[in-house]
Amino acid sequence: MPLPPLPFPPTPPLTWYLALSAILFALGVAGFLFRRNIITVFMSIELMLNAVNLSFITFSYKLKQNDGHIFSFFVMVVAAAEAAVGLAIILTVFKNRQTLEIDEVSSLKN
Amino acid sequence: MDSLLFLIFAAITVICAINLVVQTHPISSALSLIGVMGSLAVLYLLLGGEFIAAAQLVVYAGAIMVLFVFVIMLLNAGGERKKPRRLWPRYAGIPLLFLFLALMGYVGNRVLPPSGDVTFGSFVGGSAQEIGKRLFTVYLLPFEVTSVLILIAIVGAIVLARKEID
Amino acid sequence: MQLWLIPILPLAGFILNGLFGRRLSKAAVNVIAVGSVLLSFLWVLKTLNSLGAFSGGLEKAYLEHYYTWIQSGSLNISVDFAVDRLTAIWLMVVTGVGLLIHIYATGYMAHEGGYYRFFAYLNLFMFFMLVLVLGANYLLLFVGWEGVGLCSYLLVGFYFLEKFATDAGNKAFIVNRVGDFGFSLAIFLIAAHFGSLDFATVFAKVNDMPVESHLGWITAASLLLLVGATGKSAQLPLYVWLPDAMAGPTPVSALIHAATMVTAGVYMVTRSAPIYLHSAMALDVVAVIGIATAFFAATIGLAQYDIKKVFAYSTVSQLGYMFVGLGTGAFSAGVWHVMTHAFFKALLFLGAGSVIHALSGEQDLRQMGGLRKSIPITFWTLMCAGVAIAGVPPFAGFYSKDAILAAAYEHSPWIYWVGVVTAGMTAFYVFRALFLCFFGEPRGHHHPHESPPSMWVPLAILAVLSLGGGYFFNIPKYLDPMFKVQEEAPGSEWLMYVSIAFGLGGIALAALFYLVSPGIPDAIVRIFSGPYRWVYNKYFVDEFYDSAVVSPVVDGSRELLWRVADVEIVDGAVNGVGKTARAIGSALRLAQSGYIRSYAAWVVAGSILVIAFMGLRGEL
Repeated sequence: MPLPPLPFPPTPPLTWYLALSAILFALGVAGFLFRRNIITVFMSIELMLNAVNLSFITFSYKLKQNDGHIFSFFVMVVAAAEAAVGLAIILTVFKNRQTLEIDEVSSLKN
Repeated sequence: MDSLLFLIFAAITVICAINLVVQTHPISSALSLIGVMGSLAVLYLLLGGEFIAAAQLVVYAGAIMVLFVFVIMLLNAGGERKKPRRLWPRYAGIPLLFLFLALMGYVGNRVLPPSGDVTFGSFVGGSAQEIGKRLFTVYLLPFEVTSVLILIAIVGAIVLARKEID
Repeated sequence: MQLWLIPILPLAGFILNGLFGRRLSKAAVNVIAVGSVLLSFLWVLKTLNSLGAFSGGLEKAYLEHYYTWIQSGSLNISVDFAVDRLTAIWLMVVTGVGLLIHIYATGYMAHEGGYYRFFAYLNLFMFFMLVLVLGANYLLLFVGWEGVGLCSYLLVGFYFLEKFATDAGNKAFIVNRVGDFGFSLAIFLIAAHFGSLDFATVFAKVNDMPVESHLGWITAASLLLLVGATGKSAQLPLYVWLPDAMAGPTPVSALIHAATMVTAGVYMVTRSAPIYLHSAMALDVVAVIGIATAFFAATIGLAQYDIKKVFAYSTVSQLGYMFVGLGTGAFSAGVWHVMTHAFFKALLFLGAGSVIHALSGEQDLRQMGGLRKSIPITFWTLMCAGVAIAGVPPFAGFYSKDAILAAAYEHSPWIYWVGVVTAGMTAFYVFRALFLCFFGEPRGHHHPHESPPSMWVPLAILAVLSLGGGYFFNIPKYLDPMFKVQEEAPGSEWLMYVSIAFGLGGIALAALFYLVSPGIPDAIVRIFSGPYRWVYNKYFVDEFYDSAVVSPVVDGSRELLWRVADVEIVDGAVNGVGKTARAIGSALRLAQSGYIRSYAAWVVAGSILVIAFMGLRGEL
């Protein structure tokens, strides 16, 4: 069945992918700044990393090389390591403070 | 066809991301993040990154997010308490946000050079064979170094999270 | 010839006594102190003998070069010692009289605390004085000059637990400093103008120049040198330290403030004679200052009751005489008076010390009297000194004073007349002191005893020198190669007779006032009570200096320099730096909120800034 005329082109231009990456990154920053639960902040960081990954893959498509893919691979490795250690730290903080509020972990104040 | 797929999965991504930022209980945010990663994997496929898409699903969604969920379950801390806050910034911020995004979109459209379209299957360098070739020749050193990095992360995580022997 | 041994031997005595004296016995300290000066004296004799100083030789200076001290641009100053006939006289006087005084001091200071310290300082003084006279350039002279000033301060303030002694020491040093400032300026002028500080070089250069009749370089240098000399040799207006310096032990007064240190100014002017001779004005200034000082100090000495103060003002007055000699061109006459004065003034002071020692510390003439039977040796030796200083022929003072007065008459007769009046006053006050002390009825409550041999033997030797020193040591003839002897104008013997008459008259007047009818002085005091009050209070010079110079400086220093400059400005700046650092730190501290979200916000803001910056610059 022929598709009705669509308001968008049949193949998405590259800029759409980049725009999506930007939107995801901005959302990640918003969550990073405005949420108070440490784990949610951490997940916002992961969101930012993902957005950057998308950007890398996009540019790799544009340049017709797969270096971007490899870089993205390394980003994933680092994200994995970081998630492991970060969550261990969060566990320790919870053990010591019994809270996951980011505002309460401020004993280095002034 | 490609555009349709892109739009559907982009929408899922954005909605899940917004959900992640908005939800109070971290478990909901974690599940939303899994959704984001899944749809991103499809988008990687559209861009010809087969290996990366698979790695995304296996490593990110399958391991890291599981780790997140485990930790949330372990801590069992509950959701964020709602802070009493004024309502009018929330209602003023959303139109502002859309305005901002429209502005960025317009500027981006004017500034960015016209680029080609993304067709599924036009990039063949993303297969496991190609990636493997690069990884084990040109990028061998970083590859080996990351193994050390992972080792350090393991040791760090174990040291940090263990119980003190009383 | 090893000239350096002459000053080094006392320096070794200073080091040994200074470092180890505390643990040595008094006898050991004596041996080191007196022995070093004795060895130095013997070495002087040997050196001068080998140079032919006693047998008509040593016409030109003998120079020993040791090493180059300063080499800066074209200015070359080395450590050189030089001996010529002028130096020879001073060496003999300093080491000889110094030796006698050292021996005396072993007896005088026997019961005092700080024994080894006294002799260490005394030896140090000998070292510096010898460096002063042996130095072959102005800088070495200045080193010795400053050094003797330092030792004067140390020794005047020897009884440092008494405030008046430390005050006197400070006064001596500070007033000297004013003179030293003038001396330093003179050295700068000489170095700048002649390119060297060596005596030989400077005098050779200045002898090639014409006599300066206006206020030029040479006159300026000589006047500035004179400022230094007025400080060290206690002339107007910087004499005020010498009477107060009597707070030191009597051997110090004898050695430093009679025989040696105060003559350093005379030595310096004599040594610089070529410079002075090439300036028409400077010598006149010297003579005027000299005669004014002589007269002024003699008037003050008339009314003093402390025996040491009488002799102190006498020293100032006699130094004035020496400067008159120099100023009228009779340099060798001035030097002759230095030598004879060293003999009889040291004797006067040591004798006064003997009297004080006999009376267990009494110094007021009004408490003395009738001592000639109890301490005869002291009495007879002091009488010898008295006739010597009064200018009675054929004793020492007569020859030198007469030579000076003759030259003064040749130069300007008014100086001569003031000089003979002063000579009369000198005779008067010295014999006043002696009569009050030794004649009449005992007024005090003491049991006087004669001094030990260590004290009266030097007195006896000095008495012999005072009596015969003028006759046997004809200094002008000795210094003839350097300063031509002035032939006495024919028919000028009356000058001599007039001065003798004034001298004898002074003695007679003193005898009248204090032996025959003791009521006369009191009557005179009552009649002339106004002038008497001025004279007795030393013309209030000290009070004037205090209000005109000292108080403004001290107050200005305290209020302006301390309160404002130091406390507010300097401390304020230093503290202000600290306060500013602290303030900045306090402000920056607020950035460390311990609040992770604010850190996150900073990170985001910073990264936006960086990206914007790079984007705008087109490097993104």
